[in-house]
Amino acid sequence: MNTALRLIMAVLIAMAIAACQPKPKPAPEAPVEETTTTPVVTEAAPDPRDYTDARNFDNPESLLSKRVIYFDFDKSAVRPEYRGIVSAHAAYMAAHSSARVTLEGHADERGTREYNLGLGERRGNSVMGLASAQGGRANQLTVVSYGEERPTCRVSDEDCWSMNRRVEIVYTSR
Amino acid sequence: MTVTENVKKILIVCWALVVWQLTTTPAQAQLQIEIISGSASALPIAIVPFQWEEPGPAPITGVAEIVSNDLYRSGLFKPLDEQDIIERPADEASIRYGTWRLLKVDYLVIGKVRKPSDGMGHELVYQLFDVHTQEKLLSQITTVGEGDLRFGAHRVADAIYEALTGIPGAFSTRIAYVTSTGLDKDQRFELVVADADGFGPQSVVGSPEPLLSPAWSPDGRKLAYVSFEKGNSAIYMQEVATGARELISSNKGINGAPAFSPDGRKLALTLSRSGNPEIYVRELATGKETQLTNHWAIDTEPAWSPDGRTLYFTSDRGGKPQIYSVPVGGGNPERVTLSGDYNARASVAPDGKRIAVAQGRGNEYRIAVWDMETQRFTILTPGKLDESPSFAPNGSMVLYATREGMRGVLSAVSADGNVRTRLILSEGDVREPAWSPLIR
Repeated sequence: MNTALRLIMAVLIAMAIAACQPKPKPAPEAPVEETTTTPVVTEAAPDPRDYTDARNFDNPESLLSKRVIYFDFDKSAVRPEYRGIVSAHAAYMAAHSSARVTLEGHADERGTREYNLGLGERRGNSVMGLASAQGGRANQLTVVSYGEERPTCRVSDEDCWSMNRRVEIVYTSR
Repeated sequence: MTVTENVKKILIVCWALVVWQLTTTPAQAQLQIEIISGSASALPIAIVPFQWEEPGPAPITGVAEIVSNDLYRSGLFKPLDEQDIIERPADEASIRYGTWRLLKVDYLVIGKVRKPSDGMGHELVYQLFDVHTQEKLLSQITTVGEGDLRFGAHRVADAIYEALTGIPGAFSTRIAYVTSTGLDKDQRFELVVADADGFGPQSVVGSPEPLLSPAWSPDGRKLAYVSFEKGNSAIYMQEVATGARELISSNKGINGAPAFSPDGRKLALTLSRSGNPEIYVRELATGKETQLTNHWAIDTEPAWSPDGRTLYFTSDRGGKPQIYSVPVGGGNPERVTLSGDYNARASVAPDGKRIAVAQGRGNEYRIAVWDMETQRFTILTPGKLDESPSFAPNGSMVLYATREGMRGVLSAVSADGNVRTRLILSEGDVREPAWSPLIR
């Protein structure tokens, strides 16, 4: 093998190694701009304000497509800007008695793990209380707290912590 | 060489890298020890390399080196570097005290390793001398099984520590901790048990779902812990040696923070089945549960007093998390920690007079010790995200979890805060340390 060929081989191997590495994750989105899916263009788009229409789960125009509620540090009150999201899901649950939702409560990394389990649960309960008051039934809602064990962002700063203090609305059945 | 061959070669390289990544499991990774800061008042001592009298070659890491590292980590001793040990007596008659006085050591340990008469295991024969009075302070034989030479060395360090400080050593104990490797769907949690110096890590249980809050039974044979493997928190109890395990609690809501009573018959735990987290005590033989707290606040992280009569726990009933106490027989909780914004996750010292906590101030969390007699805190660590303090069973050190960049690592700090050591796993995130009881 001549020198040029060796050089090419070395470059190819280096590229192969690079190709084996996991791709860097895209930077996390800011909480208020959170969207979970890309737009799906259909012929007859549903009315985004019709929260009983399951097609709105994938419609970025609709509050049903938003399924994460964010919280202030060491707080569990649902902030005013997130109440509409909870109301939309409560309306869906009221219209679909077979719908089942798990509210996954989370905390940021600050503080102790078991205390944060309590804090995550308190946040889940807070969303459940609001959803129940607006039509969600008790048998449709379950709270599970993960505390600080399932962060979505792993940098120790306020931007990241604010992403992790959350309740995720997870449909186990629609 | 054709293009296809090149592609094949590239695929092989890729495959080899994947295999390499898969086989580098966290349980095989070694913990490293690094002394971060030392103490000026430590006692100078020389541990002469033990004479190897067994058939076959001596191990690479000798007994004396393990003993020296143990004593150094305690913060109370300053062992002489092995390269400065210019004479190597193996019996009392060949000690020249003048040499050791010149080397400015106060204490001298000599010894040998030989096969016991039945030919199985190792016999560590050793003596401790006061260099100035030439008095023999200790003369012992420690016998351990085949493959337990490191354990034997830790036992020697325990005996020397006790002879010179009056406090039992805790070097032959073990630690449990949780590791997390990988991200998102590849994330994996392991509950690991290792020697107190981090050597010999062994995986007790692994799961793709979070594991936390390991707690030792007082006989050191079992661990209780929290696992999310069923989709919600549940408490399991598992024998370390056999892996046999039992589901203790999987109620609706939180099942967390298990803590064995000092007699091993009861388990304190946190349950939120009533709607919010409360402290319960469960009798392990009967399963009978008694609720000890009843408040809308978060009550969690119970820790037993050494006499088994009181439980300390974290509660935010006053607005922010603080440590409270409640009699195990029932009664009104009383606040214990009286200063600081955030005090949580109590670990009670074996003397029952001090409590280590994670103390928060703004965005910084440090390990602090509350003295119940003087009612004052001593801050032991620099932060910024220190948590999960766990007292050594002899009260000499506190093991805790800290952060280094984006990674969790374990550190230990001497109870006076003068010496810190770091235990680094070569990959992943290490957290939730729990120091085992003294195993006799």
